[in-house]
This record gives sequence, structure tokens and C-alpha cells, in this order.
Amino acid sequence: MVDAQIAVRPIIGLEIHVQLLTRSKMFCGCPVRFDDPPNSLVCPVCMGLPGALPVINRRAVELTILTGLAFGGTIATHTKWDRKSYYYPDLPKNYQISQFDLPLVSNGHLDVDVGHGEHRVRIRRAHLEEDAGKNVHDVGGHTLVDLNRAGTPLLEIVTEPDLRSAEEACALCTGLHRLVTYLGVSEGNMKKGQMRFEPNVNVAIEHDGVEYRTPISEIKNLNSFRAARDAIDFEIDRQVAAWHEDHSYVLGSAPNENRGFDADRGVTEFQRDKEAAQDYRYFPDPDLVPVNVSDAMLNEIRQSLPELPDARTARWVKDHSLSVEDAATVVGHRATADLFDAVISAGGPPAIVIKQFVNVWLSHAKQRGVTIGDLGIDPERMAELAQIVADGTISKTAADRVAEIMLARNRFDAGTEDASDTVTPSVARTLPTTKANNAARCPSPLALAKELRLLQVRDTAATDVWIDEVFAANEQAVQDAMTNPKKRKAAAGFLRGQVMKKSQGKADPKLVGELIDKRLTGSA
Amino acid sequence: MSRRDTQFDTAQSVAGGERSAEEIVRECFERITTTDVDLHAMLSHDADRSIALARTVDAARASGQPLGPLAGVPLAIKDNMCTTFGATTCGSKMLERFESPYSAHVVERLEDAGAIIIGKTNLDEFAMGSSTEHGAFGATRNPWNTARVSGGSSGGSAAAVAAGLVPAALGSDTGGSVRQPAAFCGVVGLKPSYGRVSRYGLVAFGSSLDQIGPLTLDVRDAALMLGVIAGHDARDSTSVNQPVPDYVAELDQPLAGVRIGISDEYFGDGLDDDMRTTVMNAIELMRDEGAKIVSINLPHMKYSVACYYVIATAEASSNLARFDGVRYGYRTATPTGVVDMYESSRGEGFGEEVKRRIMLGTYALSSGYADAYYLKALAVRTLIKRDFDNAFEHVDVIASPTTPTAAFALGENAGDPLAMYLQDIYTISANLAGVCAISLPCGHSPTNLPLGLQLMGPAFGEERLLSVAHQYQRHTDHHRKAPPSASAA
Ligand SMILES: [Zn+2]
Repeated sequence: MVDAQIAVRPIIGLEIHVQLLTRSKMFCGCPVRFDDPPNSLVCPVCMGLPGALPVINRRAVELTILTGLAFGGTIATHTKWDRKSYYYPDLPKNYQISQFDLPLVSNGHLDVDVGHGEHRVRIRRAHLEEDAGKNVHDVGGHTLVDLNRAGTPLLEIVTEPDLRSAEEACALCTGLHRLVTYLGVSEGNMKKGQMRFEPNVNVAIEHDGVEYRTPISEIKNLNSFRAARDAIDFEIDRQVAAWHEDHSYVLGSAPNENRGFDADRGVTEFQRDKEAAQDYRYFPDPDLVPVNVSDAMLNEIRQSLPELPDARTARWVKDHSLSVEDAATVVGHRATADLFDAVISAGGPPAIVIKQFVNVWLSHAKQRGVTIGDLGIDPERMAELAQIVADGTISKTAADRVAEIMLARNRFDAGTEDASDTVTPSVARTLPTTKANNAARCPSPLALAKELRLLQVRDTAATDVWIDEVFAANEQAVQDAMTNPKKRKAAAGFLRGQVMKKSQGKADPKLVGELIDKRLTGSA
Repeated sequence: MSRRDTQFDTAQSVAGGERSAEEIVRECFERITTTDVDLHAMLSHDADRSIALARTVDAARASGQPLGPLAGVPLAIKDNMCTTFGATTCGSKMLERFESPYSAHVVERLEDAGAIIIGKTNLDEFAMGSSTEHGAFGATRNPWNTARVSGGSSGGSAAAVAAGLVPAALGSDTGGSVRQPAAFCGVVGLKPSYGRVSRYGLVAFGSSLDQIGPLTLDVRDAALMLGVIAGHDARDSTSVNQPVPDYVAELDQPLAGVRIGISDEYFGDGLDDDMRTTVMNAIELMRDEGAKIVSINLPHMKYSVACYYVIATAEASSNLARFDGVRYGYRTATPTGVVDMYESSRGEGFGEEVKRRIMLGTYALSSGYADAYYLKALAVRTLIKRDFDNAFEHVDVIASPTTPTAAFALGENAGDPLAMYLQDIYTISANLAGVCAISLPCGHSPTNLPLGLQLMGPAFGEERLLSVAHQYQRHTDHHRKAPPSASAA
């Protein structure tokens, strides 16, 4: 099997289905929800009853356009709806309303980076369609049909075969997931099947200067990033092995296949030949009028396009001198990033605000299983906490303590909110939730610092008392610092930390440092 | 005694207190009992429900509440419009026991206007046919001669109105299915412009062609009924948001100066001589009343039957895909698996003509054939539409025969689908172009069968179309002649 002269190059494209976050279904008024009793979210339209007619959900069109703009796609000014015919019990009309030759979005791109620099992946098209219901098999020997999901708006995104590894494909999936949740166009909840992946995989094998290409496999319905990666990895190996086994396993000679992925066994399995694929008999749906996207509509949607993470990071680095790493911890979640901007606008010094976001607010939010916005602290208060650190009123250590008390005293601490779903409460919001809580503001950080006697002490005499106590308790360290210049710096740092601790964070670290240095060098 | 009161007169007599709605509805059921045995115009009717509704109208009148324009008028509707009462069968074994959980838009409109829908009328299965012989529940016979067909596919509605079972009825027209039976039965049949009446709740045949329209004794009734059912409905994306004029008030516009177009394409081979003469006489009469006759050209008319049978069957093949035995409708007794359930349920549930059209349409949409058939037909349709646009720049209405011949004998065309399809040769192009058209009685054949004059107007030109038709009726009495079955009782 091992052959030194062969080089293998995977060729991977993706079809990604994204369930859009609309209140109602694509063509009727039924609500879009998960987990309701079977067939309770249905009406004549989504059940495909005789005489019922579809009506376009305008919101779904807007969300598709928004997504298209976010990945740099061209938005069609004129588009239409087509029927895709096939028989399946969960498809009530036995045709799916989709978009065939005039997708709403075409020619976009997304960049992936798996450590060898950015690689641009072209997006061929993105179109809107309706989801099918669900078949529930083997219920007392029967198959039951639940149509609650039938008619849910689905965005289908199709990439060019530009991906070169399972890792890159997975990066594209996660990148797209970040984008759609950031935009608020989907909850992107994988467990609920709100994002599903169908990779197209084949490999180019170079052997003795000749290139062979294996037939293309389409792996159906993958429900997680991990499944996508594992299925592609398996499929690449399988195809290479199949070619080794039989060199006629090449495009044109062997058929393209649909394959399913068994996640438990980690293998892909043959479903059917693509050659025998059904004829979907696409034709324009006569029940729906074509959609014309006006300039006004497009502009309106363009204006609602939020600043995307890359642009925002660049702005923060430029305007606020943040490091890219710090920015990255905040920028990926839209409500958090919006809140950060709001805190800066309220006068928070960026260098301190970002540290407090990363070290204080984010860790409290994580403990509660929510996002920073859900903590319910308004941006003005967050800005104030950063300001009083910046002007030396309290120390950083004291600020941590103040933050804790702020949260404890905030009646709207989101710990009471449903914390079971960490994504749902925040993605749909475009503004921090704290805006709504202004009426019940948490206490002023400055007032709290005063109340807790955490104001910084700049008094030399008081500071000297703390230093005396620390020096007395740490004779060895003092001795080291005075006798061994090489150890002086480390020992001085240790002693300063002890003094800060002794003062319960109230001492001015700068003053403490100066006084310690003076003693250590002065008496040498 | 012959009683063929119009819808208008019936509504007036109820509103004026001359007759009670209950009395009218009871009479209507008496006539059904005596007459419909021979005709089989009705597939279902519900006397108890209808009488209860009539009493509600009478009580409302007695207490001085305002009454709708059709208060107390008994009506029948073609059994391809969904009603929450009774079954909605589409004349098919497939839906023999189907009960709709919702009502069609037109049903809501009629009932809001106070009308009492007494029952559902017979049709060719899923509205596919021109004789009302092709339903699963037997043929409807022509009230003028029960050996003849009533036309189709709205033959039940046409026969019911002609025989005086009800003053008016609704049909649906995909390629002539309101106008052709109206012509055969000697009543008025209007196909409104595409988008004028919501299709919500009309079981689709050819979605881009289907329109619901009234079958009535005279043009005034057609105007009255159209005013009730027309207008925008947000549930039908193809229904057009345009104001609905007062069609009845506009009926008195004079014929003088009206430009009537005639085209050779409607008077060529296959047209019966009596029919030609009668229609020409009708046109002469309108000229005498001051109308101007203008010769026009519709060069692509000759392709309309071919074009129609590709588009209508293609859409039908997709529209009828939902009848699969999974959730509702007929399911084969002992399916061996899901594929057999589909195949056997559809094989047993649909009749021959429906299966023929589903196969034609499936073929026309198949990969490799869609370009040659479906897409070509769409292109031809555009040309036909353009022909009409051009014509209506020069004329106000176009006049033609509604059908090539008078009603044919039952079974005469049963073995020859093509001959049956040619029945629609003069009516189909109005559906392809989306324009409005009406058929009205213009005389009788030597064997005393009614003959129909077709007038066509531009899209959303119902106002003028109806006024021209009404003016014609003011000068003629063909529409007042009752068939022997209605006067014999
Ligand atoms: Zn629904």
C-alpha cells in the first residue's frame, strides 16, 4: 500500500443548512419551536392540505440577504421560487419550495485559518428553502410523521470545492456558525439540528506524474463539527484505499455516491449512486410571485449589518490600543462586543476595561453560565469601575472585590434567568440587555468602595506601618534582598505583594514599591 | 311551474320581506329532490344546515339587523372548493371522505354576504375534463337534453343553475371550465382575470391558470357575485391588490362606441356552421346598437391548446403529488411498504384522465425534456399574452364563440382525449393570457341546445366586459329561456 511516489490532495466542498431565527415558518404563520408535542405547530399550509397556499416570510428573506452581505456575496435583485419534487412521508406536498437557478445570494467568500495563514473559500450560492418534517421510525412497527418542523426557513449555503482538509472544512463550519450566531440570523444550536453539514469529498492522487481523481461522495446530514471532521477524514482515507485497491476507482468510471455517516463506528456508508439520482423536476412555483429586492430594501438591510468581528478588532486595536489577543476574547460574541463599546462610550478607559472584561466580568459570567450582558450591570457602572482604577482611587485588587459586591447587590443579577441554554438568551439581541435595567441600577462602584473602605491609601506613615509588619514577618526575604542583588528584584516583588495583601488592597502599589525600594537599597 | 329567479331578485325579495329565506331554501331542496335525480348536478347538500342558516337570516331581518348583499340566497359551489361542512371530494375517490378543516376564501366571502351554501356540485375529477363525465361519482346531464353532457369541468354548477336548483353557483376555470359548461347549459359563466379572486381553498389544478368564477342566469348576477368574491387576500400571493369596482352600478354603460374585436383564429376549421351564424348574428346585433367591429390578429392563438396542455399538466403533476395516502385521502388497503403505499394509493385513488395528465405533466418537466416542452410552452405563453396586449390596445372586448359546437352526447368523446381537449380551443387562451372572459347565451341550435357567445376583456377589465355583456342581454332574451327540465316540473 505504501507508495513513495504518490501525493494525495483532498478536494472538499460543503453544503450547509442553517435554520433561520424567525418567529414563524417560511410560508405560513405557524411558530418555529423545538420540542413541542408532535403535530401541534401545524396549519393547512405546512400540512400541505388541498387548496392551501404559501406566503413568503419576508423576515427570512431579509436574514438571508443579511448573511449574504456578511460574507461578501452578490444579492440578486430578482429572484423566484421553485418546486423540487420528490416523495417522502415527511414532505407534505411531496415537493419542497426552494430556489433553483436564481438564488438570493451568489459569489461570496469566507476565510479559514488553520495555522498556515488565511485561506479564502469561495461561496457559490446561498438560497432559501423550507425544511421537511420528521419521520419517527419504529413506533409499534409504524413510522410516524411529525410536521412541526415542516416549513421552517432554511438557508442553504454551498461552497466551491476549495477546502483542502477535514480541519479546514471544520474551520469553515465553525466560522460560519460564529457568523450566523453573531448576526443573530440563527441560534445555530447543533443539538436541535439548526445547523447541518453535507460535505462533498474526493481526492486528487498524483502518481508517477499523472493525476487521478476519485469519484465524489456526498456525505449526508452531519449534525456536529466533530462529525463533519471525522466523516471527511474517514472518507479521504477510504477513497485513497479504494483507489489503491482498484485504479479504476476514478471519476467517470466509478459512480458518485451519497453516503451516510455512522458516528458510533466512525465510518461512512454507501446510500445510493448519484447517477441513479432522482430527477427533481424543478420548475417555478406558480403559487408565489417572484421577489424583487429593491435598492431601498437592500440599503436598509445593509445598514442593519453589524460591524463584523474582524473590522471591530481592527478598530479596537487602532483606536483603543488593545492587543489582538485581548480583543479576540470579547469580539466574538456580539452582545458582549456591543457592551464593550458601550462601556468605552461611557468613558471607561479601554486598557482597564478590557482587562476587567477578561479577568473580572467574563469569569463571573462563566460561573453563572451566562454572558456578560446577562449580568445586568449597565455600561456606565462598568465604565466607572474602570475609571476609579485608572485614577488611582482604588487598586485593581480592590476593584475585583467591588465588582463582586456590585453583582451581589444587583437585584437583576441574571443568575435567576434560565441558564440552561447559554446561547439562546443573547444571540437574538442586538443591544446589551442592561439598557432595559437602567431603572434598577446597581450601586455606584465609588460609593461601594467608600462603604467597604477600599479607597486607596496614599499616606506614607500608614503604609510604613504595613511595611514594618511585613518586613518583620518575612526576615529571610528581606535578608536575601539586601545581601544578594540578584535576588533583590524578586524579593521586592514578593514583599510588595504581601503589603498589598496586608492592606486589603487599599495601599497604593506605586507608593508601596517606592518605599520598599528605598528601605532595601537605603540600608544596604 | 317554472321558477328561475335570479340571485338579485331572490336577495331583493328576502330583503324586502316578500319571502323568507327559509321558504326559498326549502323550495330549493324540493327542486333538488324532483329534478336532480335525472341531472346529478349535486354531489352533496345539507338541508338541515341550510335551513338553520336561513332561519338566522330571517331572524336578523326580523330584528332589523343589516343584511348582506346575498342574504338568504341559496348557492351551490363546485366540489373543489374547501368547506368546513361536508366533504370536499374534487369528484375523486382520492378525496371521497376528505373533510377540510378550513373554508376557501370565496366560501367565507359568500357566507359573510349572507348567502347560504346549500351544497357542492359535480365536476370532472380534479376539474380535469370538459364534460363532467370523468368524476368518480357519475356524470352530470344537460338540463336541455339529458342525453347530452353538461360540459365541464364545472358541469354540476352550470346544470344546477340552468335547471333552477339554485339561482347561482361558483365554478373554477382553468382552460374554460366555467365558460364551456355555461355555454352548453345556456347560462352565464364568468372567468375573472387571474388574480382578481383569491384561490385560497380552491384545490389546485393548474395554479397559474385557475380562477374561480360565477355561473348565473344573467350578467347582472355575475356582476353582483363577482363584487362579493373579488378582492385581495393576503393568503394568496397571486391575488392582486386592486380596488373592486361596483360592477352592478357600472352595467349601464352604453354599447355605442365600444370597440369589439373579431379574429379569424376563432372562426376557422372545426367551428359548427350554426354556431358561426349565431355568434355572427350576436356581433351584428351589437354593431346595430352602436358598437364598432374591428378586425384583429392573434397570430399565436393556434398554439394555445398545445401550450396549455403542457403548462396545465406540468403544474397538475406537481399539485397532485400531495395525494399520497400518507396524511389524508385514499390509502390502499394493505400496502407492502412506503413505495407501494404511494403507488397503489395513487393508482387506485385517481381516475384515468387524472393519471393521464399527471403522466403528461411529469414527462414535460423531466430532465432532458423540460427545455423542449415546459420552457418552450412558457415562451409561447408569453407570446400569446403579448398578442392579447396588442389587441387590447385597439379594442375593448374580443368576441368569439365559446365552443366549436353545442353540447355533445354523453360518451361521444370519452375514448378520444384529443377531441375532448379541442373543446377548449376558444377558451384556453384567456387563461394563458390571464385576461377576463365571459360566456353568455346567444341562441339555440336546431336541436334546441344552447349556444354560447364568448366576450374577452383585458386583465382587470371586468367592468367594461360585464357592461358590454349586460347591454347585449338587454336587447336579447336567450338567457331567459329555461330548459325543459326546469319548466317541466
Ligand atoms: Zn403552518
